[in-house]
Amino acid sequence: MALTNAYIQQRLTEKFGDVLVEWEEPYGMLSFTAPRDLNLKVMQFLFDDAELRFQFLSDLTAVHFPDRSGEELAVVYHLHNLRDNVRIRFRVFAPIEKPDVFSATALYQSANFMERETYDFFGINFVGHPNLKRILNVDEMTYFPLRKEFPLEDQTRIDKDDDMFGRGGIIVK
Amino acid sequence: MSRPVQYNAKVKMVEAPEGYTGEGFMATSFDKVVGLARKNSIWPLPFATSCCGIEFMATMASHYDLARFGSERVGFSPRQCDLLMVMGTISKKMGPVLRQVYLQMAEPRWVLSVGACASSGGIFDTYSVLQGIDQVIPVDVYVPGCPPRPEAILDGFLKIQELVGQESLRRRHSDQYKDLMAAYGIQ
Repeated sequence: MALTNAYIQQRLTEKFGDVLVEWEEPYGMLSFTAPRDLNLKVMQFLFDDAELRFQFLSDLTAVHFPDRSGEELAVVYHLHNLRDNVRIRFRVFAPIEKPDVFSATALYQSANFMERETYDFFGINFVGHPNLKRILNVDEMTYFPLRKEFPLEDQTRIDKDDDMFGRGGIIVK
Repeated sequence: MSRPVQYNAKVKMVEAPEGYTGEGFMATSFDKVVGLARKNSIWPLPFATSCCGIEFMATMASHYDLARFGSERVGFSPRQCDLLMVMGTISKKMGPVLRQVYLQMAEPRWVLSVGACASSGGIFDTYSVLQGIDQVIPVDVYVPGCPPRPEAILDGFLKIQELVGQESLRRRHSDQYKDLMAAYGIQ
């Protein structure tokens, strides 16, 4: 029997009940939201189950939603079942004041660099990560550049007149 | 009867510097001779990171041929080179590397900043890109363009040659130069 989205959802719901919410299937890819402290348990179940076998973490990143107060940062996991070629995706939310999320490095080796990158750009504190430090940006950087409160432009430069670049005084919100 | 081998009769020689000439001797100032020798035998060190580097390859190749200006030998060791040609986007993480390369060059040394990115950060007005290499090393000539055509790079190179030819031998000992180096934290 092919591994269908409905079957995966049914298995997950049997195991975890209704704490898994926001089920979606954009472009046929099953997506859901899990509670923050259950992220490892969900992944372990998806990894170990003899039928589900999601044993490859293909992507791990974060998204900043400034409007969702109390859960501004979403950590997104993309899992891949290589044998049946099925992918799913789920996310957990963390508050920006204390963005602690359990590290998936014990389960997936590939999480190591991806969690470092996510820490680098969004400041997610992956609890249990063996070497959580910046990976792409300069070590001296004091902020997390992909959070929405930081403008994309380099704030250190003084030679550019903002009005000439379509931003600054002329643009009225 | 014409010769079987044709010579290139259009070889151009540089003009001798002004001086006092007599029978069998010529006297001129040391500055001028050294300047003449230096400007026509600059060894460039290409520091090419992106598309401007591709333009530089065209500049160096047979069609534009930077070798016509005395730079046949492109060195890839900073110790041997006179001119650091920085071509392309320099990210903040590469800034210390560029600086290290500059520090390894022996005096006298010149820097040519090719293209919008090396000169000002260009379109990459963002957290990860150095907004102009003059934040980490002193620059002698800027070449604008995104990317500049080989003619523009050659023009920048000729400007460097002008600087090299006219530079006083004592310039590198001047207080002004030392202040410039100190401003960049270079001894």
